[in-house]
Amino acid sequence: MPGLRDGIRSGINGLRAILKTPQKTQIWKSIFRVKHERKDPRTRALGTVGNVFLHLHPGKINRDAVRYSYTWGMGGISFYLFTILTLTGALLMFYYHPTKVQAYRDILYLEHDVPFGRLLRNAHRWAGHLMVITVWLHMLRVVLTGAYKKPREFNWCVGVLLLVFTLLLSFTGYLLPDDQLGFWAVTVGTNMACATPLVGHEGPFGPQLGMTQANDVRFAMLGGTIVDSAALLRAYIWHCVAIPLIAVVFMGVHFWRVRKDGGISGPAPVVLESEIKPEPER
Amino acid sequence: MDWRQIGEIVSQPDNVPIVGLALVVPFFVWFGWRQARATDRLISELEADPAQAATHHRKPQPYRRGWDRELPVWPYLLRIEFLAALIVTVLLLVWAIAINAPLEEPANPNYSMNPAKAPWYFVGLQEMLVYFDPWFAGVALPVLIITGLLAFPYIDSNPLGSGYYTLRQRGVALWGFGVGFFLWLMLIFIGTFLRGPGWMWFWPGQTWDHARVTYEVNRNLAGVLGIVNPWLGGVVGLAALGLFYWLAGKAIQWLVTRRPLDRKIFERTSPLQYLVFQFFAITILAGLPAKMILRLVFRIQYVLVTPWFNI
Ligand code: HEM
Repeated sequence: MPGLRDGIRSGINGLRAILKTPQKTQIWKSIFRVKHERKDPRTRALGTVGNVFLHLHPGKINRDAVRYSYTWGMGGISFYLFTILTLTGALLMFYYHPTKVQAYRDILYLEHDVPFGRLLRNAHRWAGHLMVITVWLHMLRVVLTGAYKKPREFNWCVGVLLLVFTLLLSFTGYLLPDDQLGFWAVTVGTNMACATPLVGHEGPFGPQLGMTQANDVRFAMLGGTIVDSAALLRAYIWHCVAIPLIAVVFMGVHFWRVRKDGGISGPAPVVLESEIKPEPER
Repeated sequence: MDWRQIGEIVSQPDNVPIVGLALVVPFFVWFGWRQARATDRLISELEADPAQAATHHRKPQPYRRGWDRELPVWPYLLRIEFLAALIVTVLLLVWAIAINAPLEEPANPNYSMNPAKAPWYFVGLQEMLVYFDPWFAGVALPVLIITGLLAFPYIDSNPLGSGYYTLRQRGVALWGFGVGFFLWLMLIFIGTFLRGPGWMWFWPGQTWDHARVTYEVNRNLAGVLGIVNPWLGGVVGLAALGLFYWLAGKAIQWLVTRRPLDRKIFERTSPLQYLVFQFFAITILAGLPAKMILRLVFRIQYVLVTPWFNI
């Protein structure tokens, strides 16, 4: 039935045209600098490069790197989890006071009275755990593919620092519910700091240098000799402000270096043993 | 066999990530290994046939003449990223709906949790407290691990294997990192699943008995050798440490120069690179397991005792 088919086709085309009318307005054109169309490679590349969020990406990429199997997507997933954590974390901050009087009650309030509060807290906690796992897997992938080699050594180092920040974020967050779990985990963790060489009051050469409970490195971390209100406030500020800010800066550098180091490292053509250049370039 | 105890440990909400880790790490190790095998097969083919090496595009991925070597990021990469984000979101939502984040009683400095465990990703360090004094386990070791990781790309002087999975071209680097990664995971598993009240060792299925007392006699190396004089003990301890560094260094030297390719790489390694590599390899990759065995099997607590610190 050619008549019907033509009818449907012209109907669809008409619908398409209607859906595209907003794109013809001055407002739309002022917001989106380029058209996101599948037309030709150049338009496609422009769609990526001309967008502030997408321009982290290059316009084009090694055809084999598009596969999931090379990067496992773990760096990207870590970053995605970080954004989820920022979002859920900001929402949690609406309900949380970092004081000994309020903190624990705020968690109870979140769990029992705030709509979706329990889901919010759960999602934030599990995303944090998951991010530790995905960052480890990302590091494993980078090792397995030799992606840390020249010229990416420095970006590996940036990554190591990001790993440290990820762990510190998780650790400072652990104390915030102000329950037994967090209290004792942080007590155990910070007690080790007493034993820091030179600057801990129980560490090698610490006492000889005049370290006591009330002036050593653990005191600086906790703002006191035990995990108490000052420690809660410090953990809160490190967790919600300082470390995320530092981590964001390092992530910016990390992504920028991925691009500047020539994009993702592979899958690259293999180099054979017989092709090693004789003189090491130092 | 106390199944209830096993269930209790495994189903602790904060232990779920470790159970996940136990599944996910083997999967990805296998996934990487499979791709490494494919590359290694290709490498031997190309080495056997120089004519093919000149024409082949040198990747295990298929390629046909006329295919673009590059693809536009939009839509080919972005659609995968979108899908990944979607899957992660769904997974996280299911997890967050199914399992509640733990909340214990309010913090109480007068009533200590037993066992009081660090969050799982730090349990490895806590487990190290059994084998080393806190200044080493809690401070020096993390610093060593981080500096070791930072140094890693600078001491690997192997020019091969950048940007593809391979085993045969990068044996030393992969084994070195792999042993460290495995040790770290193992310590987490021991600390989480085998350590109960009082940080005592409980086999899986053994009930966590809070009243259990173990009579462990911990000796120092000097004591085992019957040395009473602390000065002599110190000298002997230092000598034992030195001997260990020398022996382990020799063994590692043998391991990293076994194959012809490894020897070729060794030749390209500068003395400084090699020294740094040996320091981290001996201290972390050989030292930790050695001290663990000394402690767990021979019940030796310290090798070197000084008035200021013990090792
Ligand atoms: C918060 C933590 C981190 C985030 C969000 C992150 C993110 C990313 C992303 C999105 C990429 C692009 C390729 C990919 O997804 O694999 C990447 C590449 C890379 N990352 Fe990370 N990363 C993190 C931690 C690390 C760590 C811990 C290391 C190593 C110790 C590391 C080393 C590298 C290197 C060397 C590359 C370049 C890989 C290549 O070119 O193949 N990163 N990272």
